[in-house]
Amino acid sequence: MALTDRSLRVVLYEGSGANPLDADLRLAAMNALLERGFAVTRAGAGRPLAPADDAPLLVLGRWAEGRPPSVEADAKVRWGSPDPATVADQAEAARAEFAAPAPGAWKPWFPVIDYDRCTNCMQCLSFCLFGVYGVDDGKRIQVQNNDHCKTNCPACSRVCPEAAIMFPKYKAGPINGDVVSDSDLNREKMKIDISALLGGDVYSLLRDRSERARSRFSKERDSDKALAERQKCLTKLAALAGDIPAEVLMSLPSPEEISRKAAEAAAKAEAARAAQAAPNA
Amino acid sequence: MSDSPSASPTAPALLYCHCQYAQVLPPEVKAAVLRHLCERELPFEAVADLCELSARRDPSLKRLASAGPIKIAACFPRAVKWLFAAAEAPLAQATTEVLNLRTRSADEIVASLASGELHPNLPEGKVSPDDAPKPREAGPSAPDPS
Ligand code: SF4
Ligand code: SF4
Repeated sequence: MALTDRSLRVVLYEGSGANPLDADLRLAAMNALLERGFAVTRAGAGRPLAPADDAPLLVLGRWAEGRPPSVEADAKVRWGSPDPATVADQAEAARAEFAAPAPGAWKPWFPVIDYDRCTNCMQCLSFCLFGVYGVDDGKRIQVQNNDHCKTNCPACSRVCPEAAIMFPKYKAGPINGDVVSDSDLNREKMKIDISALLGGDVYSLLRDRSERARSRFSKERDSDKALAERQKCLTKLAALAGDIPAEVLMSLPSPEEISRKAAEAAAKAEAARAAQAAPNA
Repeated sequence: MSDSPSASPTAPALLYCHCQYAQVLPPEVKAAVLRHLCERELPFEAVADLCELSARRDPSLKRLASAGPIKIAACFPRAVKWLFAAAEAPLAQATTEVLNLRTRSADEIVASLASGELHPNLPEGKVSPDDAPKPREAGPSAPDPS
């Protein structure tokens, strides 16, 4: 199933042909649906029920005389009751029937670019090892694989010199989308120049640590100790690098893979920069 | 007065984001705002998580962005602006107001929702969301839920 498949929409219908709901019941039904990840439209006589998109619908209402009248014949619709105790299960059943994506299967954590600020410098593309970034046909940076992003890792936002990368679910500004101030741009804490911080590039540092550790461990032949040492190194690196989760650092590929991916990302960024600079690009 | 919710043609559409997959919105603010919306006789849209819809480029965002004046109760206006743009559903600068549930009190948000007035507040910038790169044709692959 692709990330872009149409999601189920639930409609709480209280318009013509249906009896109004009590506010407490409406709130309970809303909460039950939202907490299971569904989108809900509270619809009434002033709005058409038929979707402007081709999303499948579950329409919940207390029907006075059967179904509400304003539904297009070919709409993908199921009917149900607004009983708060069962609405989420009804929605889940409709979702499964329409083969719509399951909400919440993936924590939506990904970078969002503020193009008012972005200068297309490609630092994020050079930095990210997980293929989240790419360029469009006009060689402009874009987020292409948001589901490749490592949950809770805001590292690329800290290498952006313009504070143009947001993670809306991040705890603090300006990464969460808060206004960027001049002092943010100059603040050391905001911008992690990881290379400077570690006295070299982060990938070579990881590679060196790993290689040093490996030669020592191969002598020791003690995999538990090796793992403990790797964890220690990575925890230290995580502390140095601020709020990059330790599990993200732990899930970094092997040193060889890191070198290869870093070289690939750098080449991609370089090619994009060259194409931008070239006449008639 | 009819009990069925209806909107005056000039009233802004209302969208509420429940931010289901993070704990960044104060729960008491979310609860008060949702209660207020459920107690009023107006249609509104509620989404579990706008970020998820943006990642999916869900067509409902286009529907909402093109529906005319809109008030969105979610988080920072800059984040909301570019989340919609990332879904190829640019919000109109002149007719969008974002109410920030992260920083404003429940009373302020409720008062703003209750008034029919719209105070557009998307950050203005050097490009419009229409200028932002369009996502690739093929969508991203399904995430591994494990
Ligand atoms: S690092 Fe920042 S300014 Fe540079 S391309 Fe990426 S988002 Fe744009
Ligand atoms: S748009 Fe803001 S409030 Fe809504 S889910 Fe994303 S981070 Fe949460």
